[in-house]
Amino acid sequence: MAKPKYLIFLGCVVPYRLSSYEISARKVLDKLGVELVEMPEFNCCGLPMDPINHELMLTLAARNLCLAERENLNILTLCNGCFSSLNETNKMLKEDKKLREKINGYLKEMGMEFKGTIEVKHLIYVLAEDVGFEKIKNAVKKPLTKLQVAQHSGCHVVRPAKYVGRDDPENPTTLKELIRLTGAECLDYMDETQCCGNPIIGVNEEVPFQMAKEKLAHIKAVKAQAMITICPFCHIMFDLNQTRIEKAFNEKFGIPVLHYTQLLGLAMGFQPKELGFDELRVKPTEVLSNI
Amino acid sequence: MSETKEQAPSVIKAEELNPKFKYEMSKIHGAEKIMLCFQCGTCTADCPISRFSDFYRPRKIARMVQLGLKDRLLSNDALWLCSACFTCVDHCPQGVEIAGIVRALRNMVTKDKGIMPLVYKELATNLLKSGYVYAIPESRHKKRVDDGLPPLPKPNLADVSKIFELTGSAKMLENAKTFEKVKS
Repeated sequence: MAKPKYLIFLGCVVPYRLSSYEISARKVLDKLGVELVEMPEFNCCGLPMDPINHELMLTLAARNLCLAERENLNILTLCNGCFSSLNETNKMLKEDKKLREKINGYLKEMGMEFKGTIEVKHLIYVLAEDVGFEKIKNAVKKPLTKLQVAQHSGCHVVRPAKYVGRDDPENPTTLKELIRLTGAECLDYMDETQCCGNPIIGVNEEVPFQMAKEKLAHIKAVKAQAMITICPFCHIMFDLNQTRIEKAFNEKFGIPVLHYTQLLGLAMGFQPKELGFDELRVKPTEVLSNI
Repeated sequence: MSETKEQAPSVIKAEELNPKFKYEMSKIHGAEKIMLCFQCGTCTADCPISRFSDFYRPRKIARMVQLGLKDRLLSNDALWLCSACFTCVDHCPQGVEIAGIVRALRNMVTKDKGIMPLVYKELATNLLKSGYVYAIPESRHKKRVDDGLPPLPKPNLADVSKIFELTGSAKMLENAKTFEKVKS
């Protein structure tokens, strides 16, 4: 099989705040034989603009898709949000002729045209479908058998099913299976598919904080040693904001939040400092003493 | 939102109803199926936001669209509380894209009323300036070198600006009034 080759779409949040995710993702993907090519140019995927103008979102996303079409490469995203806007736009424009004509009218002004020749995949689908469980299993050198973790896949990597159509939104299993490959146990907990709340934090803090607190409490109840995420927004909600949530509700959680690629990286034998562990706000001391 | 501070009157007057509004909405991408909503309430029951908000009720939003309560909808704080998790979209037995309807209404507020939450104006301004919605500081670019990461891809600001112009977003952004937070 040819070596998988992808254009990596970093998005805005990862370079702004979460290089730990990018560092660890590049390390494990390289070792697993996934070749990454940098985007020749970049603009935001468009998702944050959807609430103010849907057409603006579609055109921003479509411009990135056109760049990938020119390179004749599929896109790999690290962020659930970027996956959502790029994948949905890609599918909508492929299926809806009227919409495609409209957006192509705008793109024409930039000398571009959406043709619908590429695919967009989130990192976990590249791992599951292109690399494959067998190869990942073979790459695990230090199985993390002493670890018990909980996963939070987030919303846009599975929903809406109409556009994603890869995993069951009611009971997503891709990330769980990927976690099990590292040797760690993946614990079930209450309301696993519930949103982190981060998308509305800019207009209201109370609701997202309650949502995140509830999730942290459910994870604490099953005694998970860490929470595993695959989206920078979810990660920020649970790691960066955890101290603030603890203060707001006067409740201690102390749950480290790891990017999946950090967990996999540990199992593949990388050192914590090679995987950006220093940058985590909730220090994963117990996790690291159990590897 | 300053103009929504007053509690909306509970009694709906006949003259408030705009029977054409549902047709207007059903032409908008994502909101096409509004007339199929039969008010079962699955969206609200399963909504993670509704659980923690006193008044965010997707079913109510759908009903208000069907009744044509446009003015009440466009001045309703609730519109800005949807986190676009798409649970309602996946669970609706009628295939109504509730989150798409909320988005269409938000877009209407920014376009027709010229107001938006401050956070979106800030993100859009950053995007126009740098291609990224966050102002990535120079220190981050330097740190990439230390971390052994490749330089970030460059934006094409001329094209970004053109996209804002073509979609009518440039003018809208320039004139937009903003509000900071909404209650829940």
